[in-house]
Amino acid sequence: MKSIYMDHSATTPVDPEVFNAMIPYYTDAYGNASSVHFQGRKAARAVEESREKVAALIGARPSEIIFTCGGTEADNQAIITYMINNRSKGNHIITSAIEHHAVLHTCEFLAKHGFELTILPVNSYGEVEPDSLRSALRPNTALVSIMHANNEIGTIEPIQELAGIAHEAGAVFHTDAVQAVGKIPVNVDELGVDLLSASGHKLYGPKGVGCLYVKKGIRIGSFMHGGGHERNLRPGTVNVPGVVGFGKAAELARQRLSTEGAHLANLAKRLTDGILEAIPNTRLTGHPERRLPGSVNVCFDYVEGESILLMLDSYGIMASSGSACTSGALDPSHVLLAIGLSHETAHGSLRLTMGKDNTMEEVDYVLQVLPPIIKNLRVMSPLGQ
Amino acid sequence: MYSQKVMDHFLHPRNVGQVEHANGVGEVGNPTCGDIMHIEIEVKNEIIQDIRFRTFGCAAAIATSSMVTEMVKGKTLEEAEKITNRTVAEALDGLPPVKMHCSNLAADALHAAIRSYHEGLKDSSEQ
Repeated sequence: MKSIYMDHSATTPVDPEVFNAMIPYYTDAYGNASSVHFQGRKAARAVEESREKVAALIGARPSEIIFTCGGTEADNQAIITYMINNRSKGNHIITSAIEHHAVLHTCEFLAKHGFELTILPVNSYGEVEPDSLRSALRPNTALVSIMHANNEIGTIEPIQELAGIAHEAGAVFHTDAVQAVGKIPVNVDELGVDLLSASGHKLYGPKGVGCLYVKKGIRIGSFMHGGGHERNLRPGTVNVPGVVGFGKAAELARQRLSTEGAHLANLAKRLTDGILEAIPNTRLTGHPERRLPGSVNVCFDYVEGESILLMLDSYGIMASSGSACTSGALDPSHVLLAIGLSHETAHGSLRLTMGKDNTMEEVDYVLQVLPPIIKNLRVMSPLGQ
Repeated sequence: MYSQKVMDHFLHPRNVGQVEHANGVGEVGNPTCGDIMHIEIEVKNEIIQDIRFRTFGCAAAIATSSMVTEMVKGKTLEEAEKITNRTVAEALDGLPPVKMHCSNLAADALHAAIRSYHEGLKDSSEQ
């Protein structure tokens, strides 16, 4: 059976070059990067080289990168430790309704502990409107956290503009760029962000490693306690092989960014056009142009997402959905509801996120398999008849 | 996640569609929560001669609908009334715990169809 992976927003396979770069750091160069001896120094050097590569990918200085165990940790650390270490600047946080739960639930956690929280709505494309941020800012707003690109619908937020607005009001700006880094050009200076989260496994690196960019002069704190690693900001023995993999993945992403972006955009266009042409009562969600290359999210009326996924899976096609059934929750994705879709429509969502190894042939195979699946499920559905 | 029986009934659902001479129709669930099950039956001499379903929902919703139609086709109403959501799930070798509550409503839809059949009889005898 075919095996067509189109769920790259969930995770990506580790690139063989990345894996090869990691292997020596398990068995040969196994040192603790904090040790003073030869093995330790070797590990420390590898960590610092990786820091340079990750910094280069986002236009940061190596000293501004803290390695974490992933994007979720980076988001938590950025938001929680910025807020509790900068109480004099205010206790109000602004975020958006379509954030990943790593941001949304973290902000809600702080709100439960006495901080003030504003959750901005988004327009039907999933964009945060600059005016909505303007009117939400208060003298005591310390932090604004808006994601760079949405993991479900692929919309790219106007970060540069939003960060500028936050700064005018004296607030610091964090962006969860987990989906953006490695897929579109991300430059912290151009964006004007103060804090940025990224993850290794979204760009063909290993799982369990990510980073937080902390602009020089921005004061955050340690999230855990028990060691002086990562400039006293992230205790715990550094995951050297993971960091090396992340560094290698960042290096490759930087080299491949433009060619890969064009390839993904071509695949996504063919897939989107093909789906919308072949299947009636279907809509593309997210912004039609300002979106991640390779990300296609569509909603089919009258059918349910998990059924679509399992039918596709029976043909070897792997995708995801914002349907409630796929999350184990009762409500469909908060992102799809935030862009104004009804529960019914949101239940019929399908997300196909392509990666560098997907081909036009694979897209054509999906276009051959998907329309009859939707048709069969609709025949089976009591809705819309 | 799902048993082989669930996947079999999901990928090859039995008795999909509508019954031409239905004399009982039941529908449960709602689109907000993501599951609607619609069952039509044709009853003759207290026996379910024909039964068909249409379901909007996840694999568990479709599989339980398919299974319930298979379980009661040709059975008496009395036998059909004994079937519960739990026995349908058991016939499918179980469902994931999260699905037991929201997507396991096929027996409810069947019972609603039987009720509608009884009500129809009552209505016609009153006329």
